[in-house]
Amino acid sequence: MSTQQILLAGLDPKTGDQTWHLADYVKRGGYAALKKILSENISPEAVINEVKKSALRGRGGAGFPAGLKWGFIPKNYQGPRYICCNTDEGEPGTFKDRDLMRFNPHQVIEGMIIAGYAVGSERGYNYIHGEVWSLYKRFEEALDEARAAGFLGQKILGSNFNFELFAHHGYGAYVCGEETGLLESIEGKKGQPRYKPPFPANFGLYGRPTVINNTETFAAVPWIIINGGEKYLELGKPNNGGTKLFSVSGHVVKPGVYEVPMGTPFPVLLEMCGGMRNGKLKAVIPGGSSAPVLPADIMMDCTLDYDSIAKAGSMLGSGAVIVMDESVCMVKALERLSYFYFEESCGQCTPCREGTGWLYRVVHRIEHGQGKPEDMELLNSVTNNIMGRTICALGDAAAMPVRSFTKHFKSEFEYHIENKKCLVPPEVQREGSRIYVTPNRVPSC
Amino acid sequence: MWTDNNMLSQDTLKKIDREIAKYPADQKQSAVMAALALAQEEKGWLAKETIACVAEYLDMPPMAAYEVATFYNMYDLAPVGKYKLTVCTNLPCALSGGVHVADYLKQKLGVDFNETTADGMFTLKQGECLGVCGDAPVMLVNNRRLCSYMATEEIDKLLAELKS
Repeated sequence: MSTQQILLAGLDPKTGDQTWHLADYVKRGGYAALKKILSENISPEAVINEVKKSALRGRGGAGFPAGLKWGFIPKNYQGPRYICCNTDEGEPGTFKDRDLMRFNPHQVIEGMIIAGYAVGSERGYNYIHGEVWSLYKRFEEALDEARAAGFLGQKILGSNFNFELFAHHGYGAYVCGEETGLLESIEGKKGQPRYKPPFPANFGLYGRPTVINNTETFAAVPWIIINGGEKYLELGKPNNGGTKLFSVSGHVVKPGVYEVPMGTPFPVLLEMCGGMRNGKLKAVIPGGSSAPVLPADIMMDCTLDYDSIAKAGSMLGSGAVIVMDESVCMVKALERLSYFYFEESCGQCTPCREGTGWLYRVVHRIEHGQGKPEDMELLNSVTNNIMGRTICALGDAAAMPVRSFTKHFKSEFEYHIENKKCLVPPEVQREGSRIYVTPNRVPSC
Repeated sequence: MWTDNNMLSQDTLKKIDREIAKYPADQKQSAVMAALALAQEEKGWLAKETIACVAEYLDMPPMAAYEVATFYNMYDLAPVGKYKLTVCTNLPCALSGGVHVADYLKQKLGVDFNETTADGMFTLKQGECLGVCGDAPVMLVNNRRLCSYMATEEIDKLLAELKS
């Protein structure tokens, strides 16, 4: 198996804060893809075809093929089209784009420019998670460098291609990571997701055709142009092209961002993180907090790609791997996640607005020794009434943890209900990794 | 309609102009998130009158700007202490000491979440995901300064620095 890195290649976290500038990126071979396209006059269709061949799938969580998405932009549309980048990482466990943005922002910029060329767009926006302000400032600096070097602006590198790119910051709303919520947010509104269809390819930013991809997706594009889509596909496995960034958090020795080829066995990633910090592996959430949790034995048999994790009953999602050891009470862990979804529901769909409150309230009472035997069925019924009944995927995102925690760790929930206490003895629940929720607001009954 | 106290400084308006320039000429409203953040930076928090001031500058209804200010949780709609400390206690952070650190701060400052110390120096907030789980425990100072790996001794250092 290949161990090639293409997103964080040659970047050392220790020196990465110094080597993100344009000159460093060019030294690493940066902007060569853009130069190649413009100097060899490669057609936009050929660019899209190369991306299609690469089997590059959306790195934000949904895994939708990027080339296909680009191909949906209407060919003969008269008027502006937009490129939007989703750097609004706020799903618990996800912090991969942060490393890309702080160590390699120009690769994101180059990918976005190429996307602009491919779909005939002259303007793009990168929506950056507001909590990590330094990323927003750095990206703006990187844009200034790219403008000064002639990679952005009018008649780029002497061609007839014009493209401008700007940074837009979020200010604390998880739902803006949903692509249409993000578009609303750029338009200066509440980030409430839109009904789909119409999809952004037809009706996106300001009602214009828009390509919206995750940061990591754009960053993979320059490599694909230089080395070819087939080479990229070969790095991973069929239908799951390339490498992927994994953000590993929780009970491992070295939490952090790791770039590995798609299809890497999970135990290999765990070893790269230095293994477990203290206890034995109990459970893993493989794709961000909304992905179904998997017990250790199932996870240890998985390879890290969209298809393998889906087969095991979860999702690769954004590649956010949350690792939990045996000291974790799964009821408490779920209580914390359920509170998050309750807090972050944008409120426009009743099943999510009310349902997330129900989920949190019921899990909370089970955790606090007030659960009733019928609560397990109640949780199931609430998730049934949320899933598939909301405008965006946040409803499902809130329901899936509840379903998977109660499925795989049913005995812990039942023990709580019956014995009014934890199956994991309090002395085992490690000091320094306690979990609890202090609600900022309490769901009304 | 509002007093001079709510007017934004020339410096802030200049910064808002730079944000407006990022968007198509007929889409000034797109700058509202940045403009509200800049207004908050100047005033410390967003009074209704400040929000209205931003709205007028961007030619949008005050209610539309108010909707934005109330939707995103980094805007402060009431006064906060000189330093707002936001600690992430979500699951990945909790697994690496986030809750422990929040408890330590509560005890050290003598306040609970959403409270301000009597001297007006610190407001403590519980954050949802800050997007840096690998650096847990993590906290934010005044929405801008991200502090990673905040073990209790690091917190002591930070508080001493902010107090000095």
